[in-house]
Amino acid sequence: MSFLEYAPAPESTAILNLKPEYGLFIGGEFVAGGGESFSTISPATEKPIARIANADSGDVDRAVAAARRAYDKTWSKLSGRDRGKYLFRIARLVQERARELAVAESLDNGKPIKESRDVDVPLVAAWFFYYAGWADKLDHAGLGANPRSLGVAAQVIPWNFPLLMLAWKIAPALAAGNTVVLKPAEQTPLTALLFAEILQQADLPAGVVNILTGAGDTGRALVNHPDVNKVAFTGSTSVGREIARSTAGSGKKLTLELGGKAANIVFDDAPIDQAVEGIVNGIFFNQGHVCCAGSRLLVQENVHDEVVERLKSRLSTLRVGDPLDKNTDVGAINSAEQLARIRELSAVGEDEGAERWSPACELPAEGFWFAPTIFTNVSTSHRIAREEIFGPVLSVLTFRTPAEAIAKANNTPYGLSAGIWSDKGSKVLAVADKLRAGVIWANTFNRFDPASPFGGFKESGYGREGGRHGLAAYLKGSK
Amino acid sequence: MSHVSVPKTYKLFIGGAFPRSESGRVYEVTTPKGVFLANAAQASRKDARDAVVAARAAVSGWAGATAYNRGQVLYRVAEVLEGRRAQFEDEIVRQEGVSASAARAQVDEAIDRWVWYAGWTDKYTQVGGNANPVSGPYFNLSVPEPTGVVAVVAPQDSSLLGLVSAIAPALVPGNTVVVIASEAYPLSAITLAEVLATSDLPKGVVNVLTGSAAEMAPWLAAHADVNALDLVGASALDWVDLEIEAAQTLKRVLPPEEGPDAAAPALARITAFTELKTVWHTKSLL
Amino acid sequence: MTIENAVRPAERAVQLLGDDLTETTLKRYLEGLPGVDAVGLEQRAAGLGSRSIKTTSKAWALDKIIELIDLTTLEGADTPGKVRSLVAKALVPDASDLSTPRVAAVCVYGDMVPYAVEALGSAHAAGTDQGINVAAVATAFPSGRASLAVKLADTADAVAAGADEIDMVIDRGAFLSGRYGLVFDQIVAVKEACRRADGTYAHLKVILETGELNTYDNVRRASWLSILAGGDFIKTSTGKVAPAATLPVTLLMLEVVRDWHLLTGEKVGVKPAGGIRSSKDAIKYLVTVAETAGEEWLQPHLFRFGASSLLNDVLLQRQKLSTGHYSGADYVTID
Repeated sequence: MSFLEYAPAPESTAILNLKPEYGLFIGGEFVAGGGESFSTISPATEKPIARIANADSGDVDRAVAAARRAYDKTWSKLSGRDRGKYLFRIARLVQERARELAVAESLDNGKPIKESRDVDVPLVAAWFFYYAGWADKLDHAGLGANPRSLGVAAQVIPWNFPLLMLAWKIAPALAAGNTVVLKPAEQTPLTALLFAEILQQADLPAGVVNILTGAGDTGRALVNHPDVNKVAFTGSTSVGREIARSTAGSGKKLTLELGGKAANIVFDDAPIDQAVEGIVNGIFFNQGHVCCAGSRLLVQENVHDEVVERLKSRLSTLRVGDPLDKNTDVGAINSAEQLARIRELSAVGEDEGAERWSPACELPAEGFWFAPTIFTNVSTSHRIAREEIFGPVLSVLTFRTPAEAIAKANNTPYGLSAGIWSDKGSKVLAVADKLRAGVIWANTFNRFDPASPFGGFKESGYGREGGRHGLAAYLKGSK
Repeated sequence: MSHVSVPKTYKLFIGGAFPRSESGRVYEVTTPKGVFLANAAQASRKDARDAVVAARAAVSGWAGATAYNRGQVLYRVAEVLEGRRAQFEDEIVRQEGVSASAARAQVDEAIDRWVWYAGWTDKYTQVGGNANPVSGPYFNLSVPEPTGVVAVVAPQDSSLLGLVSAIAPALVPGNTVVVIASEAYPLSAITLAEVLATSDLPKGVVNVLTGSAAEMAPWLAAHADVNALDLVGASALDWVDLEIEAAQTLKRVLPPEEGPDAAAPALARITAFTELKTVWHTKSLL
Repeated sequence: MTIENAVRPAERAVQLLGDDLTETTLKRYLEGLPGVDAVGLEQRAAGLGSRSIKTTSKAWALDKIIELIDLTTLEGADTPGKVRSLVAKALVPDASDLSTPRVAAVCVYGDMVPYAVEALGSAHAAGTDQGINVAAVATAFPSGRASLAVKLADTADAVAAGADEIDMVIDRGAFLSGRYGLVFDQIVAVKEACRRADGTYAHLKVILETGELNTYDNVRRASWLSILAGGDFIKTSTGKVAPAATLPVTLLMLEVVRDWHLLTGEKVGVKPAGGIRSSKDAIKYLVTVAETAGEEWLQPHLFRFGASSLLNDVLLQRQKLSTGHYSGADYVTID
């Protein structure tokens, strides 16, 4: 036998105690939705997990009204200190139920359990802890003394980090004193609904957080609701653009965290083995379903062959398969629709003349799967070098000088993130200065922390999440 | 014998030069009572396009200058403004029909405001940035940086102060500006351009268009190479449509403001046209 | 200073760096190696360490660990009786389960080699690939602070007494002060002292003492230096300095060995030593070997654990797997 064919090490799902169906969470209660309910499925097996309520416009009205009521009567009257204590409670409850949340996340989203267990859920708890401490210190948020909350926040989040994006949205909103109506993605509503149970356990006042499940129509009704004061959206640039248009002139404060096509720049003086790890982590973390993924590898020409060779060799140790197996490195693609897009763009890459390579790997028969893929001989004009694929597909381009690397890295309407690999500190800092992106990882990639602001330049959106700046996105000055 | 005066031709200010509108158009600028003052250039969408090209070309130099240098250049602008205050006061009186003392007060405030903003160039990053204590072996620093090219619809009811209040904060972090001046009071804008042209400000950092805001603003709002849009003076325009146009490339937008406090001096006006960049770097002794 | 490259084992260096091998060319080469980012290296090691090895994989891994152990006693208080006891344990690790594999070698001080050879008797591998090897630490282990003549005598003495493997230490003082040529020459000379009368060589493990080299860049340079000078194995530590073996250091050395193989087709061994006490830790090393250098490195001539208490923990785990219940310390023998 081969040792590398590690025996199955499945995480137990016994910890999950799911209901067969879930309602909308409005005013602190689970209630039936006005629309036709839908099933959420496991992308690894295509098997249904639970029936999920579908919020119609009446439900949106009720949820916004509940949030408004809670804002007027309870939450805006509560001291920062007490708001903070609720957030601390939530953080602790997330830690207590961490394993359950991780299993549910991997089941519903398809991401490897080692990521949901070691990255997503710990960050969720960290996010609530971080913002809990801000709730009674808003004078120091950078908007002068006595900044004011905005009111009701409408928040729409994507399917790639379902619970983590919820935490990014809800924690700062509540710390700043707003109430929330949040819509999780229709592909991944499960952990948001478990989170609603956590809110009940935390005894959070009714209506402070409302969770509406549903698809695009629900989200549209929510962000366009006239009684909403703040809109926060994470998702595609096209939907972000639509929201920016529909909220124009409304006075709603808007934060958009949209797409990206990050350059990961490897210089010839890079710590090469760590750079290879960073490339792998940059594009294959979470199946590449990451807006800040390092999807464009820019490698200096004189080390191109060596880097690609090492990368291929490293890719052949990646384990693709059951998200609930503790040794899985790359899980399932989140949906049939996303898989189709990845396949389509990969086919385009081949048609355009790029060279496609994947390691030998056996993909399960059921579910949505895509082998880790790299394209070499990619030109800047190729679609796979310009469009966000949002999957485990890396485009490799080359450069000869730092100036060329910077020019190619910036040659995109996006500007979310970038990576730099070099042992030369002076160059790293100079390149970081010149890159037009909101998050620059130097000699690392895909690191997240509640204290660190995250968000993009240009068409990757505006506003920041995380840190003091993420808090300011939910406040206004008192003048 | 009396001296026959030599009136100034008021042209546009694009890329450090003073061209006429490519369209050849001019419009009459009069006193509130309708007395002819001058023929101002009526800029076209092509002038706006040229102004964006000039502004884009100037970004890397202006944004790349040291903060100290930008501060010195902006302060120099205030010095030259002060030296030409008589001309500004005279133009304000004639355009706006206000008293000499009101005009003097407006120029005082414009100069003081410019100086206030000049002092921010080497401070806004400290106040707006952050060292972030992430839980891991990383250096992590957030710093605001200029957005790029900012298109401004200047306040329409103020000839000098409104203009200064809109463009100075955008310049602080290193943005470059294409500004549509007050349609009714364009003379101060062109005189300010003469100040800017003689104040060490690199060419293209500020570009001044006179003429119809309603005609030019949609082109700037929709221009893909414009990063941000300040609609402070756009309340009389279909500004929601402008904001919708701006959404196409996800421009940063500031809404219209009216009244005496419009474009009041604030750090927020500087940071509105900055992008926060967060840099991580590994940290280890080994 | 010219490096004396007449001796045979320096062939590797000559092939890579050319005939005019000098201190300068060596220094340039070693200092031109790509840097190591410590944070990234440690994260990769942590990732490898989080593999979950269960059921059949675990059973295979436990046996494999035993086969890769250099069962070690390196105490000032060592006696022939202690060494005989160690050898007995090496031969029959678990008297309650005779299917338990034997360890790869026993590792002792030079003066204990004759007793180890005698105790092994016919089970002594003695140059064959059957049986148990005798490894001797040499070259003024653990500090290495002795003249070259003493180090060479130390080595030759152990080889003459029947040692199959010599675990030498490098001169860390010379390395840290940049005298790479001196370190290189000493390894070459010790390698030559490993030569037996019949022209064969005892295998040479070069101990870097990574805890004293301090930085990962130094570990990478010392690894390359040791390989270039002719080492058959690169070994992390003496076990007498903290930190001894760590997973990141071993990962880094495995990367060097992998790169050497890519460059030359030649396979060099790696031996982490000191501080690996639990099966759980040892399994992390197996994963790291398999996913870095490749599974074929999981053989005694390419990977070893320098350990003593590790063996009993593996035996306890092995008993748990075969009986289904947890075992206790009194059900494995002390050596």
